[in-house]
Amino acid sequence: MLFRTMTAMALVLGATTAQAEGPELVINGEIPITTRAPAPEHMEYVREVMSGWEFRSPETQAFEADDFENPGMIFAEDGRTAFSQPLGDTDQSCASCHESPETLAGARAVYPKWDPEREEVQTIEMQINECITERAGAEAWGYTSQPMTNMSALLASVSRGMPVNVAIDGPAHDTWLQGKEIYYTRYGQLELSCANCHEDNYGNMIRADHLSQGQINGFPTYRLKNAKLNSVHDRFKGCVRDTRAETFSPGSPEFIALELYVASRGNGLSVEGPAVRN
Amino acid sequence: MADNVTPRVRVPSSASAGEDITIKTLISHPMESGQRKDKEGNTIPRSIINRFVTTFNGETVIDVTMEPAISTNPYFEFVSKVPESGTFEFTWYDDDGSVYTESKDITVE
Repeated sequence: MLFRTMTAMALVLGATTAQAEGPELVINGEIPITTRAPAPEHMEYVREVMSGWEFRSPETQAFEADDFENPGMIFAEDGRTAFSQPLGDTDQSCASCHESPETLAGARAVYPKWDPEREEVQTIEMQINECITERAGAEAWGYTSQPMTNMSALLASVSRGMPVNVAIDGPAHDTWLQGKEIYYTRYGQLELSCANCHEDNYGNMIRADHLSQGQINGFPTYRLKNAKLNSVHDRFKGCVRDTRAETFSPGSPEFIALELYVASRGNGLSVEGPAVRN
Repeated sequence: MADNVTPRVRVPSSASAGEDITIKTLISHPMESGQRKDKEGNTIPRSIINRFVTTFNGETVIDVTMEPAISTNPYFEFVSKVPESGTFEFTWYDDDGSVYTESKDITVE
């Protein structure tokens, strides 16, 4: 009897393991990407977090396995060119302080993060603009402008494979709570919160498409539907607009808080940007 | 004028004689169709890559006439036989008269 129970248990365990083993993402045959991870402790209703990559078709997934095939990398390369070009009318470039983009590996994984000097949570875009305006003395880039998104794609690309690890305790905690509040608040005429789709219904269909968990580890993301790189805040805006609400604007305190919260839901997944989605 | 036009090519560095190898090419280019209008209603002039040629040791591998309906950043993937060591030459012809070239050597072992 005991033996039978144990066999049954082994079978169940075997089945669970088999289910968890889906396709795996390895970029350029050398950067393994964690696309599934145990949910961070602060998440109450989700056991396992999954990158949006998991929800896409095999064809779309394949784009990301090779930089040559990944259209997002074209923009990251433009960012690499811009990295060593003078900013505005100044003689300063990113490369004046940071030797190469590779020296900034790991940055993407911990943003948004608390800036002790400014006493606020900063996204990577804000940090880039701080460098441009304060260090180089040039004019700031638009929050979701092409040069900005290219640069953030470059910074993401050099951090690929590293686990997302944004801090939610300490001084960033209040902002994080604000982001969580926004995540669970229903917006718009359709009265939908982020959680209604991305927590309650991930894996289900939304019209003809699979709902993902709304993870942002793969941003900025190249979307096949608009053939360009999309920044996190632009994506947030698109989602809120689809609830038929007046959206917050990219770079607003609300979206910064939301970005911190959503990023923290992906703690443990790999940085994947520029990812390819439909 | 198209800005930031960068050709990219991937060819294996070696192959065995007579082997079919896969070549991937991509050129970043807006491929403006000439069908679109700007905010003032003026036609945005056509600016595309209109021809793409690959040769191997001077012999044509493919020669493509490209049309306005082709998307931004045109990508071509094709198979070629390599009888001997040599050089693949890739040439893209732009509407504005620019010619972009790239070449890759391959060794047959």
